[in-house]
Formats: sequence, C-alpha cells, structure tokens
Amino acid sequence: MVKRLESKHPRAIRWCHWINFPLLAIMIWSGLWIYWANDVYRIGLGSFTLFHFFPEWFYNTFNLGHRLAEGMAWHFAFAWLFTINGAAYVIYTLVSGEWRYLVPNRNSLKEAIQVTLYDLHLTKKQPPRRKFNGAQQFAYTGILLMGAGSVITGLAIWKSVQFGWLAWLLGGYQAARMEHFLLVLGYAGFFMVHIAQVIRAGWNNFRSMVTGYEIVSDEAAE
Amino acid sequence: MSDENLVTKAEAGNPEAQESDDAGLVERVMARKTRRSFLVGGLAAIAGAGAWEWLDSRRPDDGVMWPLRLTLRANEQLWRDYSSPRRLARTFDPADIEAPRPNGNVGLENEPDPDWSLAVDGITDADGPLTLGMSEIQKLPKAEMITELKCIEGWSRVLQWGGVRFQDFAATYAAQNTDPNSYVGLETPEQDYYVGLDMASAMHPQTLLCWEMNGAPLTAKHGAPLRLVVPLKYGIKNLKRIGRIVFSATRPADYWSERGYDYYAGF
Repeated sequence: MVKRLESKHPRAIRWCHWINFPLLAIMIWSGLWIYWANDVYRIGLGSFTLFHFFPEWFYNTFNLGHRLAEGMAWHFAFAWLFTINGAAYVIYTLVSGEWRYLVPNRNSLKEAIQVTLYDLHLTKKQPPRRKFNGAQQFAYTGILLMGAGSVITGLAIWKSVQFGWLAWLLGGYQAARMEHFLLVLGYAGFFMVHIAQVIRAGWNNFRSMVTGYEIVSDEAAE
Repeated sequence: MSDENLVTKAEAGNPEAQESDDAGLVERVMARKTRRSFLVGGLAAIAGAGAWEWLDSRRPDDGVMWPLRLTLRANEQLWRDYSSPRRLARTFDPADIEAPRPNGNVGLENEPDPDWSLAVDGITDADGPLTLGMSEIQKLPKAEMITELKCIEGWSRVLQWGGVRFQDFAATYAAQNTDPNSYVGLETPEQDYYVGLDMASAMHPQTLLCWEMNGAPLTAKHGAPLRLVVPLKYGIKNLKRIGRIVFSATRPADYWSERGYDYYAGF
C-alpha cells in the first residue's frame, strides 16, 4: 500500500459550495415566509388531499407564519448574493476547465445506472473510481441547472411585466410560481441524498471538500 | 519531501505523480492541511454568523431592518432606471375572466358616501384642491382591459376593468404635474388607507381609474364609486374608494410600506 495526497477540489469551488449553503438556506427560509401567505399547493385528486404544503405543525415548529413582508425583504436582498455566487461558480468551472469533470458525457448515463444499482446493493459490480462518477455528474450538473431555474422563475414572478415574455414561456405567472416552488422540493430531495452519500463516503471524502485534498491508497504491486 | 511532491492531480496516469512509502508523512501533511482549512472555515462560519446577528438586530425602518429597507430602495432605483415603460402587462381573452376575490377592507368599513366627490390636490396652476364628480370623470375617454390582478400574498385573478386612463386624467386636470421624478398619492375618503405611486407607473397606459369591473358597475367592497387599477403593481397599490388624489414632488405616505413592505411593489 502506497499512500499519497491527491488534489481534488479547487479552492474557488470549495468556497462557492460552502457559501451557497447558507445563502440557499436563507432563500428557502424566506421563501417559506412568502409561500405561507398563499399556501395552495397539495398532492391530491379533486377534493381528496394526500398531503398539503404545508401542515400547521410545520409552520408552527419553524415559526414560518405571518412573516410575508419580512420574507420578501430578505428574499430580494439575498437573491442577489445567491445569484452572484452561482454565477461565480459557473464562470470558474468554465474558465478553469473543471466543467469537464462535471458535465455528463456519453458514458455517464450507463455509469449512473450502474452506480445507483451498486449503491442500492442490487449489483456487486463496483463503479470506476474517478473524481465524479456518472451519477454525480448528473446530480451536480442538475443542481446547477435547478439553481439557474430558480433565478429564471424568480425573475418571472418578481418582475412579471418587465420579464413578461419569460413568464409567458414558463406558462404564465401562476405556473412560474409553482415551478419556483417545485424547485425547492427538488433541493430538499437533493439535500437528503447528498447528505446520505457524504456520510456513506466517509471522512476522507468530506475532508476533501474542506481542504481540497484527499488521501489515496494505491496497490503497490501490480 | 515537500508537500507539493506528495500531491498529484486527479487524472489517472499523471506522469507527475509522486508516491511516498512513508504513510506517516502523508498523514502528517494531511493533518496540517486539515487543521488550517478547518480553522479558516470555522472563522468564515463565525464571520457569517456575526453578519447574520448584526443584520437581524438592526433598528427597523418602516417595519424592516434598515439594511434590508436600503436594499429594497436600491432594487427600486434599479428597476425604475432600467424598466421600459413601454412594456405592457399581459392582457387576456374574455373567456379567461375570473370571479373577483376581495381581501381586506381597510378604508371600506363605512358605507360609501352618496355625495361622494373626488378631491385633486397639488396642482400648480390651481388655487386649491379641485373637486370632481363622477359625471366629470366619466366624460374622459373610456378605456377597457382584461388584466391579472396579483395579490402580494401570491394569488391572482384575471379581471375586466372599465374606466379612464390615469394619463388622460392627469393630462386634463394636472398637465403641469407629471414630472417623471414626482409622485402621485391616493387616499380613501377618511385617509384610513393610502398609497404612493412613482409617476412612471401612474402614467403607464394600463393604469386606470375604474368604475366598472367584469362588465358591471363597481360594488362597495370592490371600491365603488372609483378605484385605482395598476397592473404594474401588486394589489396593495390598487386603492379602492378613492377620496383624494395628490400630485407631489416627494414620496406620499404608503400604508403597506409603513408595515414592512416594499414601497415600489412593482413588476
């Protein structure tokens, strides 16, 4: 066994990642204060409601009610920081060439399926060890597109006359509002899988997102 | 061996790759990098939490922490500078018209005054406030439109409106008072509810003084005899039962902006 240090995540990407975490949290938090004022979304059919977004206990537990004005003030201030940080990340990945690790290629789909089956213990065939496997490429490119989607649907809602064409493309003002909300459910789903995978991958992997380096063990003898 | 020699790029088969048989050295270097990175990260987290504490404890300016109020004002300036006044709110077909949804009755608690008249104030070439009756207002060219009234709570209704364009009203009664940097204030008869509009929004072709909704005369709870409809703004600015209109060089008081909302509240 030979151990070595491998440089994994560039500094700019680590900063953008960790800065995004509180910014997105504030955006979702203040967004819930806004959503509360007209909380019409549900999963159901006709008059039957399976799940209402959100139940009273949820609002009460997190003190989300009666804060519309406050929510809008936070949301329209931090939207700038969220957008600037996201744009900085995109520009850095494009200029540095890091996008090559992130964007799925023609092998990614097959590999993503293989990774998913392996992670669910449905196959024993281990996926190749690379910086980002196919499943990660889809997840990390997808979350970036979702971020762009939040900015676009948000603009269509916030400035629905100046960006009237955008609201129209998104299916109208109310459709844009629902799409903006669905993206938040997407973030919640991403977050849960992301945290589970980080825990599973272990300390060495987590540490690499903080330090930038990972310890790699190679088989000494071929 | 220096740190750099221990570090390799992620690409497989990198010819620069250096390996070390000394696992202890690798661990020690990693431990040092970890301490340094977590220290920097910890300090950044403390700075972030401090910034949050600072922001959250600022004195309120009209119901919202002043840095956030400042940001709302900066956003307003940005949109007032870069918005095109030629952009119109989306209009709809008669088939899309919905039933109205009244919300709140500040300024509408009493029965409407049968002897209602409109006071128009702040006109340069008049000695005092002008008093207009419904018949005089209805002599102006009538405009109709089907637009979406958007409540700041998040719901909206497609409604048909009939009335006079505010720009025609202003051209008739206050032609000298439409400087783009000035404002228009509107109040209910007892000044319970009041809104302020930037002149560009007031003079927008879809801003109407209305006496009809969905093809019928306005009812009391929807603002009879005369109300403002401004599709460029959230519903909070669409004042019902206008008692007084004032042309002003300074920002008129605004009911909801005193309660934490954005003064501009525009699309």
